[in-house]
Amino acid sequence: MVKRSNWSIPYIIFMLVFVALPLVLIVIYALQDGNGNFTLSNITRFFTDSDSLSTFALSLEVAIENTLICILLGYPAAWILSRKQYNRSAVTVTLFIMPMWINALMRTLATAELFNMLGFTLGKGTLIFGMVYDYLPFMIYPIYNILMRMDKSYEEAAEDLGAAPWKVFWKITVPLSMPGVVSGILMVFMPTVSTFAISEFLTNNKIKLFGTIIQENINSSMWNYGAALAFIMLIIIGITSLFGNTEEREAAEGGLI
Amino acid sequence: MMKRIAARCYIWLLLTMLYAPLVFIAVFSFTESRVLGNWTGFSTKLYSNLFTGSVNGGASLISAVENTVLIAIAAAAISTMLGTVAAIGIYNLKGRKRQAVQFLNNIPMINPDIITGVSLFLLFVFLGVSQGYLTVILAHVTFCTPYVVLSVMPKLSQMNTNVYEAALDLGATPRQALWKVMVPELRPGMISGFILAFTMSLDDFAVTFFTRGTIGLDTLSTYIYTDARKGGLTPELRPLMTLIFLIVLILLVIINIRQEKAKNRA
Repeated sequence: MVKRSNWSIPYIIFMLVFVALPLVLIVIYALQDGNGNFTLSNITRFFTDSDSLSTFALSLEVAIENTLICILLGYPAAWILSRKQYNRSAVTVTLFIMPMWINALMRTLATAELFNMLGFTLGKGTLIFGMVYDYLPFMIYPIYNILMRMDKSYEEAAEDLGAAPWKVFWKITVPLSMPGVVSGILMVFMPTVSTFAISEFLTNNKIKLFGTIIQENINSSMWNYGAALAFIMLIIIGITSLFGNTEEREAAEGGLI
Repeated sequence: MMKRIAARCYIWLLLTMLYAPLVFIAVFSFTESRVLGNWTGFSTKLYSNLFTGSVNGGASLISAVENTVLIAIAAAAISTMLGTVAAIGIYNLKGRKRQAVQFLNNIPMINPDIITGVSLFLLFVFLGVSQGYLTVILAHVTFCTPYVVLSVMPKLSQMNTNVYEAALDLGATPRQALWKVMVPELRPGMISGFILAFTMSLDDFAVTFFTRGTIGLDTLSTYIYTDARKGGLTPELRPLMTLIFLIVLILLVIINIRQEKAKNRA
């Protein structure tokens, strides 16, 4: 038989050029000054610049709040959707998934315009509300998926052994559905930290998030500082992805179609 | 009974919340007013403007839509080919090598769009490539292909390799065995990979934004972004968005109902 492992070579070369090299370039640009000399000043600049630091802190805060609200609103919804006695219709589930397939910019714009018309002042409140609108489906879907695939006999066994319904829920359902919650967190938290257009729309440019300052630096040709900020974000991604392995994420994302 | 009503109410409350902005846009797509939220009587003028291409502010919205679709088709086609060949190769790799390749394959899926965008921007600057259609398509292929690989891999492990061997034993050339045996087996994975890649490309904003260069190339996302920053949204975006919402919704409902039926039959 032909040795077909060779077939991976074009893709490996492609990935080395378009995935690995670009990441290395982020690190290289982050550690250079405008003339190409090695320097740590871009990194130290971030840690001494109070504007960058407060933007960074605000991004984390917004992302954490958004993720928590999504869990609080999304978990019950996913649970209800997964129960036969409350929901039998695949269409309801589809209605929750549908926004995931629509351009986030379009949805955010619609949300911002609605806030405008209702007379809300665009600011931190609308930012968090809008983000919840945008990301709630990404929390509901993985949790729903896990709940659907869960072996129901564990719950039945606990019931048979005399556990109260709330106890079954907290001791059996919640722990078993944690992988879904983790992939939900991964799909909500990092995108919230890194978004730039969404926060601009929802706050009328009043509030900048971390993604916005990366974009501003790159677009105003301050590549080195922009790369340094991207490098810092890469480190955060490295840390957050330690919390959940990618296979869970694949399991959650697969089966969308 | 009470519980059931409460559960229903909760679900419908959330759905109302999620869909309020979309319904709002849809309602105001049927009025002529340039300012959103200002009802000046029922009219389908925005729709006819959109279809006849007489959009205020030139043909840029129409060309943005065309660009979006063309880029998505190109990116999805290239990544389906690249990803399928890669999946066959990776499937035949062993041990450490396979783990290393799969790790690389995961990176674009974990990275937020902005990191993919900025890193590819730096790559094109570093290589001195002028940015435009080509760089946008390459960038889209970069973040789409991992999903194709992941869609095709399970089909490879489900496939009976003996069938391929049998074809060879019965006198098929490796090329014939590939096209007549392997490809039909992998086709469902390739199709769902293609659809995933296509929609990921359609939805992308950040990566396009950083790799489109300064030649004035706009996709729908970047068009909306520039438009919203200028203030005063192009009114024809309202009917366009309404139509996109409807198409996606109808497609998803059809797919789900068919899946549901297939499940019930099985």
